[in-house]
Amino acid sequence: MSATAEARVNGAELIEEVLKAYPEKSAKKRAKHLNVYEEGKSECDVKSNIKSLPGVMTIRGCAYAGSKGVVWGPIKDMIHISHGPVGCGQYSWASRRNYYIGTTGIDTFGTMQFTSDFQEKDIVFGGDKKLEKIIDEIQELFPLNKGITVQSECPIGLIGDDIEAVSKKKSKEYEGKTIVPVRCEGFRGVSQSLGHHIANDAVRDFVFDKTDPDKNKFESTPYDVAIIGDYNIGGDAWSSRILLEEMGLRVIAQWSGDGSIAELENTPKAKLNILHCYRSMNYISRHMEEKYGIPWVEYNFFGPSKIEESLRKIASFFDDTIKEKTEQVIAKYKALTDAVIAKYKPRLQGKKVMLFVGGLRPRHVIGAYEDLGMEVVGTGYEFGHNDDYQRTTHYVKDGTLIYDDVTGYEFEKFVEAVQPDLVGSGIKEKYVFQKMGVPFRQMHSWDYSGPYHGYDGFAIFARDMDMAINNPVWGLTKAPWAKAA
Amino acid sequence: MSQSAEKVLDHFHLFREPEYKEMFANKKKNFEFSVPAEELKKQVEYAKTVEYKEKNFAREALTVNPAKACQPLGAVFAANGFEGTLPFVHGSQGCVAYYRSHFSRHFKEPTSCVSSSMTEDAAVFGGLNNMIDGLANSYSLYKPKMIAVSTTCMAEVIGDDLNAFIKTSREKGSIPMEFDVPFAHTPAFVGSHITGYDNALKGVLNYFWDGKAGTVEPLKRKPNSSINFIGGFDGYVVGNNREVKRIFNEFGVKYTMLCDPSDAWDTPTDGEFRMYDGGTTLEDTANAINAKGTIMMQTISAEKTAEYIESKGQEVVRLHHPMGVKGTDEFLMAISKLTGKPIPESLTKERGRLVDAVADSSAHIHGKKFALYGDPDLMLGLTAFLLELGAEPTTVLSTNGDDAWAAKVQALFDASPFGKNCKVYPKKDLWHMRSLLFTDPVDFLIGNTYGKYLDRDTGTPLIRIGFPIFDRHHKHRYPVWGYQGALNVLVAILDKIFDQMDADTNGIATTDYSFDIIR
Repeated sequence: MSATAEARVNGAELIEEVLKAYPEKSAKKRAKHLNVYEEGKSECDVKSNIKSLPGVMTIRGCAYAGSKGVVWGPIKDMIHISHGPVGCGQYSWASRRNYYIGTTGIDTFGTMQFTSDFQEKDIVFGGDKKLEKIIDEIQELFPLNKGITVQSECPIGLIGDDIEAVSKKKSKEYEGKTIVPVRCEGFRGVSQSLGHHIANDAVRDFVFDKTDPDKNKFESTPYDVAIIGDYNIGGDAWSSRILLEEMGLRVIAQWSGDGSIAELENTPKAKLNILHCYRSMNYISRHMEEKYGIPWVEYNFFGPSKIEESLRKIASFFDDTIKEKTEQVIAKYKALTDAVIAKYKPRLQGKKVMLFVGGLRPRHVIGAYEDLGMEVVGTGYEFGHNDDYQRTTHYVKDGTLIYDDVTGYEFEKFVEAVQPDLVGSGIKEKYVFQKMGVPFRQMHSWDYSGPYHGYDGFAIFARDMDMAINNPVWGLTKAPWAKAA
Repeated sequence: MSQSAEKVLDHFHLFREPEYKEMFANKKKNFEFSVPAEELKKQVEYAKTVEYKEKNFAREALTVNPAKACQPLGAVFAANGFEGTLPFVHGSQGCVAYYRSHFSRHFKEPTSCVSSSMTEDAAVFGGLNNMIDGLANSYSLYKPKMIAVSTTCMAEVIGDDLNAFIKTSREKGSIPMEFDVPFAHTPAFVGSHITGYDNALKGVLNYFWDGKAGTVEPLKRKPNSSINFIGGFDGYVVGNNREVKRIFNEFGVKYTMLCDPSDAWDTPTDGEFRMYDGGTTLEDTANAINAKGTIMMQTISAEKTAEYIESKGQEVVRLHHPMGVKGTDEFLMAISKLTGKPIPESLTKERGRLVDAVADSSAHIHGKKFALYGDPDLMLGLTAFLLELGAEPTTVLSTNGDDAWAAKVQALFDASPFGKNCKVYPKKDLWHMRSLLFTDPVDFLIGNTYGKYLDRDTGTPLIRIGFPIFDRHHKHRYPVWGYQGALNVLVAILDKIFDQMDADTNGIATTDYSFDIIR
């Protein structure tokens, strides 16, 4: 039996073993989310984007997190009201590391927490009047804001508030100001994912459809592109943008990391939308394709192999000058990536990685690990859909363990059995695995490092993975007297 | 290109390189359609004025940068303090992801907690099935000794009845009939995280003492010589609870710490993940009804629990985060009075050492002005300690402190000559604080991690004391209670004062005559 065939058998046995811990009904349901990838298949053969089981310790969040936390939150010159009780806004306050440049509290509001702090009376009598007043107070105290969004928390949809009417009324009162009601109540859908979709739709309905196309003075060029689905975690969009500009393209908008409302408004003027996080922003990309005829292309800026491939793919939409410049960019960075690989690959060669991230990285970062000689042996999405798992087949090898919406129990048991050299997941998982003596990197926040995108980012990625795996602390977890025993 | 394999530049320095700076400038100029520089500058200055402050304080509906979280966070904290207990929050699942992240960012530890993952259908039909399946799944997978249930605002708005739901779950066989499932309704739209702590803790005690939700006979109190200790919602719980145990052991008293997550949030890295570690045993929790009395370390954080314990005939000592010399004196005298045991010589000696440290350093703190914000009990303790040090806590603010709390702070001001020019601000947020730091400047700010924005905007150096602390490590391992704890707080304050002093005097050939080697 080949090594991968053996991995397949072991994986299947492992899944079977882990499922034994569940009550029968739940085991049946969870079985559909777990599989071992078989070479050559165009599917990972797991169910996805369906409800998490109660009580299993899902890692998922909610629609509010997908809208406020992911899509809208980074738009820096707007004020995003967490509408409802205080908690949601508090826990998501400035924790996602969407870097931006601006004077916070004056013309920029990214790392602030605006909340309607619902009290019992707001639940009983409704919060629409309060919302009106909040918008007035925002206008009074933060007059340089360029727009407002209302990010609904659970109670809003349950108590029957009409935030659309309030937004419309207030927009009219403030001379057509952009005020966007977003129905991203946390109980909607099964994860963050529906929040992304709802947020995308809100951009369509309240930014595109309500903005005068000539609002911002703008001269188009044939090389105008928009970066879609890069949240600028630790500066990711910046280390991506710089490459696109070096290729000769003009980046007219960033969605949404370090983004501004004007950039959103001008995006329909782009010649090409380039899409990094497919999961969270394919909706608006498709809309722009249908309505404005803008093509879109997915790309991957993790690790030199994928960057190179992506740069050429993007360039293929443009003329020869861009294509030539693209080759120059690839050549220019060759020395850097060679040096990074020469330095880190010997230290990382053959190391096994298990991933569990959101909707993009469970596949997107695999190439970067492989560039460093590492191997991803397990991966899964918190809120991926079937099309994400299909795309994953282009990245994973035979025998890779696939786990959709993994539960705390499953993840712990899988890691215990597989014994990877590194786990990449989120803050809730980090300390579980470190206690077990397994090196870990947060792959949502880049563990307070970054950027990881682009050539500049790859150097940091390589350094960080080395730092995690080759940390001397992992040699200290057993007391010497315990070793002897 | 600035990046290199030899010297990897990350976000700290990469973006200061000229190619990035140029890129930022072009992005702003060509695509952001941002506010003109003059207008921006005007608003920056205007936001510092008294006029802006008045508008800011006239706010009635909007909250900006509050210093409080919601009830279930406190409920999860409380649940985590009991042996083998899995916190179970009934409602939307995103909330649980938030609580777990929030605690993990503060303690740098895993926080286990499950959700009943209610979605649209549960919003229409209620979450009974989520409870039934959820309890069955958590019981099977995580093998807890107890599951402590609380609620998110979703479950509260639709009016789910925990008592009935849990009863039905037992009947349906989700959990054994005798398995312990205390519960508490913890609506996020009432109070704050400290209210949730109170409700959840009371829920646990009520469950054990009053007949386990009607399934057994209520306990009859048989008073013994033991005492109970309740710490309240406390970001320093790891260091504090261990320090308090040491103090009890010095006394030689029998005690029960009701809600003790100090081990759960401080597990070793030795190759094993402990989902549960330490905590108040269920047996001790039940027996705690027999204690002579209970010491409440943060009464505002546990007022309903205090009343409930009193209703059982116990004496309850109501403290407010006692800190410093007098605060700790009060705490120790309370232990002594309750147990009849004298204050041990060893602790009296520790007291002397703390007074010694204060005497050594007070010249540097005396007369310094402080602005502080945080949970109401912490503010009371810290205000008292600062007054005792001869400092002036001129601005004391709390988002979840009410008028009754403010009166208590005012009483502290009134009792000290250093409290003369001090003012208390109940139910205010950090945007109010921002105005105050401009219009009524102070020397230092004391607060949680979010205070760093105020430090940046107003130039007031932040001393990190409070919850959460995300951007400094391991503070929670050091106590702030007891004489040892007071010493830690004193040193934290002094370190910032000295650092600031050095930073203010290091101008070569301008100010460095005062760059003294001995302070």
